[in-house]
Amino acid sequence: MSRVDVRKTYKLYVGGAFPRSESGRTYPALDAADSVLANVADGSRKDLRDAVRVARGAQAGWAERSGYNRGQVLYRVAEMVEDRADTFVDQIRASGPTRAQAKREVDRSIDRLVWYAGWGDKFAQVFGNLNPVQGAFFNISAPEPTGVVGIVSPEEPALLGLVSRMAPVVISGNTAVLLASERWPLTAITFSEALATADLPAGVVNILTGRKDKLVPVLSAHMDVNAIDAWGNGWQGLDAIEIAAADSVTRVVRPPRSIEWADDRSSQSPHMIADFTELKTVWHPKGL
Amino acid sequence: MNEKTPAKPEIAPVDFEYASSREATDLVEIDDSYGLWINGASRSPASKRYFSTINPATEEPLARIAEANERDVDRAVKAARKASDSWRRTPGKERAKYLFRIARMIQERAREFAVLETLDGGKPIKESRDFDIPLVAAYFFYYAGWADKLEYAFPGLKPEPLGVAGQVIPWNFPLLMMSWKVAPALATGNTVVLKPAETTSLTALAFARLTAEAGLPSGVFNVVTGAGPTGASLVAHPGVDKVAFTGSTAVGKAIQRSIAGSPKHLTLELGGKAPHVVFDDAPIDQAIEGVVNGIFFNQGHVCCAGSRLLVQESIADHFVDKLKRRLETLRVGDPLDKNTDVGAINSEAQLDKITELVDVGIEEGAGIYQPACELPDRGYFFKPTLFTGVSQSHRIAQEEIFGPVLSIMTFRTPAEAIEKANNTPYGLSAGVWTTKGSRILWMADRLKAGVVWANTYNKFDPASPFGGYQESGFGREGGKHGLLPYLSGVR
Amino acid sequence: MTVARGSDSISGVSTPATISDTSPILGQSVSRRSLETYLRATPSVDEVAANERAAALATRSIKRESKMHALELTIRMMDLTTLEGMDTPGKVTQLASKAIRPDPTDPTIPSVAALCVYPNMVPTASEALHGTDIHLAAVASYFPSGQAPLAVRVADTQWAQQAGADEIDMVIDRGAFLSGDFVKVYDDIVAVKEACGPAHLKVILETGELATYDNVRKASMLAMAAGADFIKTSTGKVSPASTRPVTLVMLEAIRDFEAMTGFQIGMKSAGGIRTAKDAIRYLVLVSETMGKDWMTPRMFRFGASSLLNDVLMQIRWLRSGVYQNPDYFTKD
Repeated sequence: MSRVDVRKTYKLYVGGAFPRSESGRTYPALDAADSVLANVADGSRKDLRDAVRVARGAQAGWAERSGYNRGQVLYRVAEMVEDRADTFVDQIRASGPTRAQAKREVDRSIDRLVWYAGWGDKFAQVFGNLNPVQGAFFNISAPEPTGVVGIVSPEEPALLGLVSRMAPVVISGNTAVLLASERWPLTAITFSEALATADLPAGVVNILTGRKDKLVPVLSAHMDVNAIDAWGNGWQGLDAIEIAAADSVTRVVRPPRSIEWADDRSSQSPHMIADFTELKTVWHPKGL
Repeated sequence: MNEKTPAKPEIAPVDFEYASSREATDLVEIDDSYGLWINGASRSPASKRYFSTINPATEEPLARIAEANERDVDRAVKAARKASDSWRRTPGKERAKYLFRIARMIQERAREFAVLETLDGGKPIKESRDFDIPLVAAYFFYYAGWADKLEYAFPGLKPEPLGVAGQVIPWNFPLLMMSWKVAPALATGNTVVLKPAETTSLTALAFARLTAEAGLPSGVFNVVTGAGPTGASLVAHPGVDKVAFTGSTAVGKAIQRSIAGSPKHLTLELGGKAPHVVFDDAPIDQAIEGVVNGIFFNQGHVCCAGSRLLVQESIADHFVDKLKRRLETLRVGDPLDKNTDVGAINSEAQLDKITELVDVGIEEGAGIYQPACELPDRGYFFKPTLFTGVSQSHRIAQEEIFGPVLSIMTFRTPAEAIEKANNTPYGLSAGVWTTKGSRILWMADRLKAGVVWANTYNKFDPASPFGGYQESGFGREGGKHGLLPYLSGVR
Repeated sequence: MTVARGSDSISGVSTPATISDTSPILGQSVSRRSLETYLRATPSVDEVAANERAAALATRSIKRESKMHALELTIRMMDLTTLEGMDTPGKVTQLASKAIRPDPTDPTIPSVAALCVYPNMVPTASEALHGTDIHLAAVASYFPSGQAPLAVRVADTQWAQQAGADEIDMVIDRGAFLSGDFVKVYDDIVAVKEACGPAHLKVILETGELATYDNVRKASMLAMAAGADFIKTSTGKVSPASTRPVTLVMLEAIRDFEAMTGFQIGMKSAGGIRTAKDAIRYLVLVSETMGKDWMTPRMFRFGASSLLNDVLMQIRWLRSGVYQNPDYFTKD
């Protein structure tokens, strides 16, 4: 009799742990031929609430780390993804692409992580400024992380899309609550395993699987979320996100009209780091 | 020895009152009525409606101002849209020269603008003369220089204008807030439809005429006057590509909702409840000046006013005593008097709001202190006010009063100071006074505010970005960063 | 409690100097430790903000009738000064008559507060001022450097006082101050104060050599604790001499000292004040910082040599509406 393999239970990733949804619900993750690959957690509003709370708790500590350190952690994430490359390729293939296409997406994701890792101790130099003001004053502007960012990951490419939006958010010191691709959730969960083994402090990135029509409005309206990344949402339904976000003047980072995820020139930029920062300007007199 | 010293009769102190010293108003000509400034000329409003603007220091009407309705806004946006094609193609160095010219003309006519600003808005002439108008010229001068250098501003950016900017500005610094928005918009090749606040339209309209004298092409700069509905029409107009708003957080949220899902770009500069933290090792006498300047500058009608004083408990009594003594020397009254420190409250509605919140403060049990100054019989005035014994939970510690009212609280440790300072949904500005360098940097890192003034307060410069965290809005005005909200192609 | 020590000694109804009066809060002899503890409580001064405050007050606009008051007050607050190596009895006598009657053509112009001269000139000046109520100030205790043994400085002071000076302007040992020897500075002042007898002591900080406002503030507190009746900015021999921000910083120290001890110490700004306009700006500064009670020569003095004629010119201009020619005013 052949061996019965051990299947993985796909759970949420919150606060560095892998809890089940408090709702107890799951939904089936299907492959391109609509066969069930696995049951994944159907994250609830309470799971989201918990994730935001955890992200808020982790934010100050993450932001206090040096850019150099955050860069190293992100680089470590790239190492962990590389290590799981085969798993990612298999999961991506299940959503339709060829092996070669899937391999390219994984490679691109790893490279993008590495690219952003390098910005950790540089973006503030590019976007900050010593301002030449009149009078005897020292005046300096520097970007700071905005706080907790809600990321609506694109449906596809599930891995590259998630990585492309997560990396610029967290490299500056933000923490993130990320809604995974609903249709193709498995790479997000595997990715969270990479995060968990990459020295990323608990709570810096939290990944929820579940129904976006249920979770996006809750995320958008959450008063303790500082910014929403709507790239993965697209323009459809953007108005609802922005209306909900307005209650706490939450920043909404809008998607471009069309996105070429694989194109480095349009899908990775230090400006995408700046999108999730606040510029702080400090004045001080220069005197004896 | 010393026998020659005669007994000298004691000389009574000389009465050293400042005589009233009113700025002359004869260099300002105010028309009976003003039309809308559309496509390079003053136009009668399609609405056929006018409202009157008054001098808040005397309650006397100054002029009638056209009230723009939707049709008027549409005309203005269409004019701006039409002008946009050629303006965006006008070489940067030519756009720059228009702005330089405007800056120079403002300098030439600075006194006229200052008097007009004070007449219409109630701010002390010494502020409009020494602060507002010189800064207006400086902002135009600063952004003029950027117009042909935009490709150097941001890495990887191919700068392109957005198109038509709809800008809605407040009444506290009318011409200055206009310059913060108009100068970068024009420098980057956008055209503008401006909606000034209904109580302070005059300087924007005078500026509009100045742009014509400067030869600025018609339609590049337009003014639609009116109240909230006019602003709402402008923000909602589909021909507007970019909305920039400075004003209350409530209206800011409404604007954010109203343009949700549209392609319009948005920046918001909203309210604040800034903490002003004074440590026991502060340069005390300068900190007193900083605190006074922080809350009584422009009658406290300042979004970044230091309205919450957090003073270290060990020096709190001493500091508050000094503050009270200093308040006695504040001169409240006729804004046109060059010696006036605190002028008129901008409007009756604002005076009512301040009065209401001060009453709330008294009911909440905070100790009120006002100096013994006499207020003019007519006009809208409010005494400089301190509240002591204020708790975080009091409304006067949470809500923006936007008047000359300071809420005083104490703290014991730096961590407690930060906790209290940041315990607000706002995050526009903050002040900190301490002699210890490393503490300044520690505080500056942790204060949740777009601008941190350390050992100074209420400093502004065209090169310095300004704007808030959280519910104080997003986007920056001023500096290199102030160009970004008017450019596309930053990817 | 407010004890205006200045007025007592100045008006001649003087209480003799006692130990407790000499050193109002620290006593006659201090230890290095007690002095340092006291000075450590001095708040720091932010230079930029202090300059800003002084500049802001300079924009106060004074209109005609107030200006006339202010100009007359400026004369009444003036220590008319000549401190030249080439001073002679003739020069001093002439200046004394100028002090008594600044404008011979206009008897309504008041006399100045004091005539300020070198000790050698005290007998001459005393003679010339006899019968007037103008004070006679001597810059004593080895002016302007102060770099002499204490015994010499004390003797200089005693001699000047006995020769007829009822006000002594001494200068602190800046070298000692800058080297941190605050006890020496303190002891010097205490000794000179004692040597003053009933004369009124103005302690010159020579702020131009103290380099920072923090030092100015600290030196002010030190001088007041040691028994100064007035503190004074400068000798006039060092540039910069008095400035408005430096005066502001010293006034703030005086205000704090009064709050702390009840003693009201006077202020003298000296050197570099040459125009009526400048003088009025000082008066605005004094009035806004200290209040109306301070608008008297009992509390505030100008030390100046060339200011008087500009003030006289301005007064005549205010009265006549005609701009004036300096040659119509006597040099001394």
